[in-house]
Amino acid sequence: MHIPDGFIDVQTSAIFAGLAAAGVAASLKGARSQLDEKSAPLAGLTAVFIFAVQMLNFPVVAGTSGHLIGAALAAVLVGPWAATLALTVVLVMQAFLFADGGLTALGLSTFNMSIIAVWVGYAIFLLVKKILPRGKPSIVIAAAIGALLSVPAAALGFTLQYAMGANATFSVSTVLGAMVGTHVLIGIGEALITGLTVSAVLASRSDLVYGWKGNATVLEIRRG
Amino acid sequence: MDGKATLQFWRFAVDKNKKFLISGFVVSLFLAGVVSFYASSNPDGLEKVANDIGFIATAEEHTYADGALADYGVKGIENERASVGVAGVIGVIGTAVVGGLLFKFLVRKPKKTIKQ
Repeated sequence: MHIPDGFIDVQTSAIFAGLAAAGVAASLKGARSQLDEKSAPLAGLTAVFIFAVQMLNFPVVAGTSGHLIGAALAAVLVGPWAATLALTVVLVMQAFLFADGGLTALGLSTFNMSIIAVWVGYAIFLLVKKILPRGKPSIVIAAAIGALLSVPAAALGFTLQYAMGANATFSVSTVLGAMVGTHVLIGIGEALITGLTVSAVLASRSDLVYGWKGNATVLEIRRG
Repeated sequence: MDGKATLQFWRFAVDKNKKFLISGFVVSLFLAGVVSFYASSNPDGLEKVANDIGFIATAEEHTYADGALADYGVKGIENERASVGVAGVIGVIGTAVVGGLLFKFLVRKPKKTIKQ
């Protein structure tokens, strides 16, 4: 869902660049107080892993592909603040090195994927986790459902931007229907990859999973 | 050293977190460097929607469309498998450097806050 330059007018792009910058600034502050020397490298690794998996477009329906956004995945693994930063690093690398996602549209894409998708994915993760019984399978399911819905949420972000400042004149409701419909399907792939990755990390190093910590601290003895 | 002793040595030599970081990095290198060749080349969701509805016409060419790594290929490498693979490896290393430095800088402070 990397937006090229030209889809959205300059004024709207500037507004969202401002919003994205404010979100990133808040995330710098949030991540600073949440991360420590042990978890900081994991946030870097999360960015690296997301960059790699975003290269892997999977087929969705005839003639369409999708790829992981990784917002819910990152939020569950390293927390929402660090997730926003990790996603933003990925988007900046893609826009500047790989010509993927327009430069003036970077604020639009950052807002949709680094902020909306992260916080919607994380909020739904927390909600589902609360409903389900405690345990690792619940964390995996909650992460997958958060991931599933984070993708259409980002698509809604784009639709809002389109409604505010599209350079084309096609109706907003047409764009809304097509964007949400397509991205619910892509969300299924997002859910699968997120669920698999979270369950793999939970199986090997559950102590590193941010979204699991709340559950585990009750049982764990802190050393040192 | 037999296999078990090597494993034992590995366990002592590299601490658990480093091992996890290295494994994750190697997996990422493999995905971006090798598996990426098999990725679907169909347009992604937004591009498809833009094509179908018609607002793709408003897209402008990317500022760096002629860049050395544009569209995940290395300019000058003809072999497609190698081109996307090398681009992926460069992206993984670049993201590791930028992301690593950002988060390292972020937590570098004289007083550590209490871990939640």
